[in-house]
Formats: sequence, structure tokens, C-alpha cells
Amino acid sequence: MRRETRQAASQQKIMHEMGIANSVLEAVRTEMGLHPGTYPSKVGVRIGEMAAIDQDALRFCFEAIIQETDLASLELGIEVCPRRHRCQVCRHDFVVRDYDSRCPQCATFETTCISGDELELAYLEVEEYGASTVGAKSTQ
Amino acid sequence: MERVPLERKVLSENDRIAAELRARFQEHGILCLNLISSPGSGKTSLLERTLESLPRHDRVAVLTGDIQTENDANRLKRFNFPVKQITTGGTCHLDARMIERHLADWRLEDLDLLFIENVGNLVCPASYDLGEAAKIVVLSVTEGEDKPLKYPSIFFKSDLLVLNKVDLLPYVPFDINAAADNARKVHPGIEIVKVSCLAGNGLREWMNWLEQRRTAHKSLQETVS
Repeated sequence: MRRETRQAASQQKIMHEMGIANSVLEAVRTEMGLHPGTYPSKVGVRIGEMAAIDQDALRFCFEAIIQETDLASLELGIEVCPRRHRCQVCRHDFVVRDYDSRCPQCATFETTCISGDELELAYLEVEEYGASTVGAKSTQ
Repeated sequence: MERVPLERKVLSENDRIAAELRARFQEHGILCLNLISSPGSGKTSLLERTLESLPRHDRVAVLTGDIQTENDANRLKRFNFPVKQITTGGTCHLDARMIERHLADWRLEDLDLLFIENVGNLVCPASYDLGEAAKIVVLSVTEGEDKPLKYPSIFFKSDLLVLNKVDLLPYVPFDINAAADNARKVHPGIEIVKVSCLAGNGLREWMNWLEQRRTAHKSLQETVS
């Protein structure tokens, strides 16, 4: 039983961002099943600043796991989303800086978070084989 | 080049399992609480004090996560409630699938309250929904009072902050008011209890919070059914 648990655990990756990178790659592979005759050139993700994801670590892990695979040329696009709140009194939407969640318009603390903890797949760019650059899959 | 919109969560598989777990907890009227902290802040001690003071017939269980060893489960089993250790073998957080797997041979209809003690880590566990009704973050006074600002995600997502080891306050340069202010800066609505699992301070307040949560959960349950 314990060995089983360990084996299951070792199939996952130890580092947090490694797990995230793997999930992104899995999603790309699943999506590619729907687009025959093409290859993926770039995958875009959205990461909220409250999502506890280190961009550099994610990029490092992503590059490490695509190396020497058929997806070696896949680019990772990261869009960082700031923490945004909406004022419950005057309905003003604003970006929270330095953890100050007070409404800049009416100074109330009655504000609620509307974004900033994203960890989302945004888009996938696919290219047709042979359409543009020959050998686009080879590394530079 | 064609751009295909994906528009889904990166951890959608984890979230799917977590949603299933949440529905099962709901169906059986179980309040599930996910405890998160740095290693050594006192999650296991808090659970020991909690299990110790709950009535023997209470329908409570604990899943406790660590990278290695069964030590925490052994500490918690003394109280004769069902306890199971999850050893992740390296993974720095628990995910929903691990919870699902370790719940498989428990009868959920026999439970009202499930504690999940996460792997000691203030970062990664914040990203993984385990189907819990609430996250609880434990911070001890031997850490820095700026931890909520350095690791905002978990303080942002937790309903309750348990400030532990307050018996050590005279001996450490920890500004407890600054710690509470920092937590409220990140999450204005966070509730805070100050406890010492060793000396017993504040444990009544913690047990009251727990009791209120259980009552609220129960009445919500009755409204739904």
C-alpha cells in the first residue's frame, strides 16, 4: 500500500511549478488531438499575482520538460494578472497595490476581489505543417 | 498561424476531483477543513489539542500529509479517532486525487468533520483545492510577522489565521499586532485566533470558531435538504 502511494507520488513531479508545467503540457497534447495536420507553436497562460506561482521557475520547468521532445520548439507565453478589487459602495474596479484594498475613489474598505488568483490556460497557437517555415520544429 | 482559445484552469483535473469531493462532503454533511502552514508551526499540535477535547463519540477523522514518515498519524491516533497518513514521497503539497484515494475505504456517512493536515509549506498547498469548506493557515510567533506579505496567496485564501505559540511572545521579537495587520492587509475578512497549543491559551476561542463553523455547516445542510 505504501509502495503504491510512493509510486503514485513519484509519477507526479516534486516541484510545484513542475506540476504546473506538466499540466500545461498535458492540456496542449489534449488540445492538439483536435487540430490534425498542425503543430503547436505557443501556449499562453494567465497567472494571477496571488496565485503563488514563480514565473521564472515555471519557465525553467517548462523548458526542461519539453527538451528533446516533439514539442521542443513550443513557446510559453505568460500573462501576469494583477489583483483587482471592486468597490461594493461605488462599484469602482481598481488594481490593488501594496495590499491596499481600500477603494481609491470613495475610500471604503468594502471591496471584494474580482481577479488576481488566476492559473489559467488562455490560448494555443497552432501552425499548419509545411505552410510557412520548413523545419519549424527543429531547435535553433 | 491560428490562435485557439483554451480558457480553462491549468489545474482543471485537480479542480474536477475537488468538486466531486466537495459534492460528496456536502451529501454526507461533512465539514472539511484544510490546515496549511510552514513546517513546525504547530498544525499537528493544534489537531492533538482539538482531538483531545472533542467528545469520544464525535464523528471526526484526520488525513495528515507529509513527504515521509507516519509520525504525525501515530501522534494523532492516540485519540482513537480515524487517522490516516498520506506520504507524498516528495510532492510538496496534497492534491485532490490523494484525498480521494485515501478516503476510499472510509465510510463517509460515519463522519461529520474531516481535518486535512497539508504538507508543511506556505506556497504550493495554496494552489490545490481539496474540496474543503475552508482553508486554515497556522503561523507561529517564531516565524516573521511579515509572512502574510511574503506569502500572500495562502493568507488571501484562508478563512482563519491561527497564530500559534503565543506563550513564547516574551522571548521572541515578534510583533503580534503587526502580524495580524499584515494578514488583514492581504485579506481584510480573515478571522484570527491567538493560541498556544503547549500552554493552552486561546484554545477555547479556537474550539468556539470550530463549533460555530460546524453549526453553520449543519444548518446550511438542513436548508439544502
